[in-house]
Amino acid sequence: MNRYFREFSVAGALAVLLVALAIFAPGFYQPQPLLSLATREAPTLVVAGGMALVIICRQIDISVGSLFSVCSVGAGLLAARHWPLALVLPAAVGLGATLGAVNGLLVAGLRLPSIVVTLAMMVTLRQGLNLVRQGRFVDLPEGLQWFGLSQPAGQWLLVLAALALLTALAWGMRHLAVGRFVYAIGSDAEAARLAGLRPRWGTFLVFVLLGALTGLAALMNVVQSPQVQPLSGSGLELKVIAAVVVGGVAISGGRGNLWGAFAGLLLLACIAPALTHLRVEAYWEKAIQGAIILLAVVADGIRSRRPAR
Amino acid sequence: MTAPLLQLRQITKSFGGAPALRGVDFDLQAGEVHALLGENGAGKSTLIKIVTGAHQPDGGTLALAGREIRALAPATAHQLGIACIYQQPALFPDLTVAENIALRLESGPGLRRINWPARHARAAHLLTRIGAQISPAQEVRTLSMPGQQLVEIACALGAGARIVIMDEPTAALTQEEQQRLYAIVHDLRRSGIGVIYISHRLEEIFALADRVTVLRDGASVGTHPVAALNETELIRMMVGRELAPIAAPSAAPPGAVVLSVRGLGCTASGVRDVTFDLRAGEILALAGLVGAGRTELARILFGLTPADSGSITLHGEQVALRSPAAAVAQGIAYVPEDRRRHGIILELPVAHNITLALHRRIFPGTWLRLAAERALALGFIRDLAVKCSSPDTAGGNLSGGNQQKVALARWLATQPRVLMLDEPTQGVDVGAKVEIHRIIRQLARDGLAVLLLSSDLPEVLAMADRIGVMRGGTLAAILPGAAEARTVMAAALGRTEQGAA
Repeated sequence: MNRYFREFSVAGALAVLLVALAIFAPGFYQPQPLLSLATREAPTLVVAGGMALVIICRQIDISVGSLFSVCSVGAGLLAARHWPLALVLPAAVGLGATLGAVNGLLVAGLRLPSIVVTLAMMVTLRQGLNLVRQGRFVDLPEGLQWFGLSQPAGQWLLVLAALALLTALAWGMRHLAVGRFVYAIGSDAEAARLAGLRPRWGTFLVFVLLGALTGLAALMNVVQSPQVQPLSGSGLELKVIAAVVVGGVAISGGRGNLWGAFAGLLLLACIAPALTHLRVEAYWEKAIQGAIILLAVVADGIRSRRPAR
Repeated sequence: MTAPLLQLRQITKSFGGAPALRGVDFDLQAGEVHALLGENGAGKSTLIKIVTGAHQPDGGTLALAGREIRALAPATAHQLGIACIYQQPALFPDLTVAENIALRLESGPGLRRINWPARHARAAHLLTRIGAQISPAQEVRTLSMPGQQLVEIACALGAGARIVIMDEPTAALTQEEQQRLYAIVHDLRRSGIGVIYISHRLEEIFALADRVTVLRDGASVGTHPVAALNETELIRMMVGRELAPIAAPSAAPPGAVVLSVRGLGCTASGVRDVTFDLRAGEILALAGLVGAGRTELARILFGLTPADSGSITLHGEQVALRSPAAAVAQGIAYVPEDRRRHGIILELPVAHNITLALHRRIFPGTWLRLAAERALALGFIRDLAVKCSSPDTAGGNLSGGNQQKVALARWLATQPRVLMLDEPTQGVDVGAKVEIHRIIRQLARDGLAVLLLSSDLPEVLAMADRIGVMRGGTLAAILPGAAEARTVMAAALGRTEQGAA
């Protein structure tokens, strides 16, 4: 139990918030707004799953926001040319995986610090997109929104797909050898190498996976509206990293799990609607999110100092 | 007679219950070069750290020029004129020589204005005094190793050091650079400075030192004028009496050749021309001084620093070991030195640590069977008597000896053909040490080929069927397991035996 103390404390905080809402603002629990909230957060959850892997591997990727925008616009342009969804989906995932592979190649191949590599990637992609698209929106064809289904059906599909993906990732981290390797590499890359693992290959792969998941998430966002905004991914990296860190994934690598990141994301995502229902000014949202992140980091700092090692 | 510069009396020091020094007496006169000699682990470094204030002695007294000093701190030692020149100079590579010297010597508030001409003039003066051809404006990273040592010596002189400690200063120097260093040591002595000189090279001690103190197992064997000794006597003092064997060598004759190494070398790690055979059921111990290239050789055989010359043959088949993954696939296992950093992964549970190197074999291509993994881990925990509350305990919560057993279990689980153990009992308590020795012996009896790298001479003598002695990056000699300690020591030091066989 002690091993998952951190995850349970986040889940506990979330439970406290939900109970408080049930008592003081039962208006929060209306099916339609909640489904909309979950649908909005579904793409973020998919990216957060990939980000958790990258952070467990002791790396970071701050280019996911720009990558998300590029994949959204790319997917939108293909769809506008009447490509079928069966082709747009692999194209978006492939574009994300390719850009993730560039990050991974620079980080693992040339052993550059991931924060600098992905910062460069973030700026390059964002400015490149601005230059090419000049801020224009992409109009999507009729049948794409909600995959051509009814809105509730499309929403349920997205939410369930995101949950299924997260479950698959969480299962893989525990039950596949590669998941174990990610933890080992993030704990101590040199020790992992001495155990016969290939830390650089593993690092490369988590970046590719995060890129692919970001491409998929971009598509999951595109189908929610009739147009693609060119800046749809701005700020995504901060949201995702915050969720992962709040969820108990150690920024120093090797510790944490995906269900924690899930709880962290839910906690942060519920703040804004909760404030509305509790009639607190919306300006407090960022301040409260910031305080939660700070609290999580302080808790990790204290926890990692305590065991005698 | 004036009081000695430095006098240590009955110094004792232990680390976590293991005594490192047991009542050592040592004194240093002005204008003297006093050599400190002893095997690896005899207590030389601990003694030096007490003199420089890095460690506090548990008992005994330390007096400087007749005045007893209590609770010597590194900063105080520095003020009192004690300077230490380490094998690896501790300078800032991106700063110039003058800046490095000034960092050690100048004091004052952080916002003081720097007098650059004075700073350079002082550096130039100090460097000239020791005859160094180094410009104060040069960046330290552009200097060679001996150049950096000269800067360290200049710092020591500038600080007004009366006692200069040199820890194996010539280990990385060429012949010519050594001669220049000797001249500087002679100069220091002439100017009344006391030099404590640590070296493994006996010829240096005879060329430089006035007196020599030999340490063995944390105690002083004696202090003698160098002129009164010869090499054989010195070696005998270092090794002492034979220790009783810890475990009986195997009676069974060794089996077929498993690993065969011919002319192996790697320029990057300084290993050259190593040739040996390792048979099934045999323990080949690699002895040698620190820096002789034992770990470097193991790293080549494990694919960490691939060889650039020679050949490696496993079971009659030539193999290229370009990466640890390749070595593991060939059935080579390596339990590294410094297990706290590299032997196990501290954050992973014991069970995960044990199976980390064999996923491909027991879970081929599919998901992990957590129940099977747990059963495997429990089996090793029982067989090797690992003390842990459950297989889910994080590796970091185990004691040193138990971490070593987990590291060993990880590699035994891969069912290796060759097992390399690098300092397997370093830093583990006596009980665990005996157990680990028993396990290693049992493994050899079961037919494993074991390469045991150890600085612990009694361990080598007790465990080995044959002893390979490394010196200067190459295998200098292969001796029978029944060799005497002084024979091994003589080979490690590069001396031919003189009637000591």
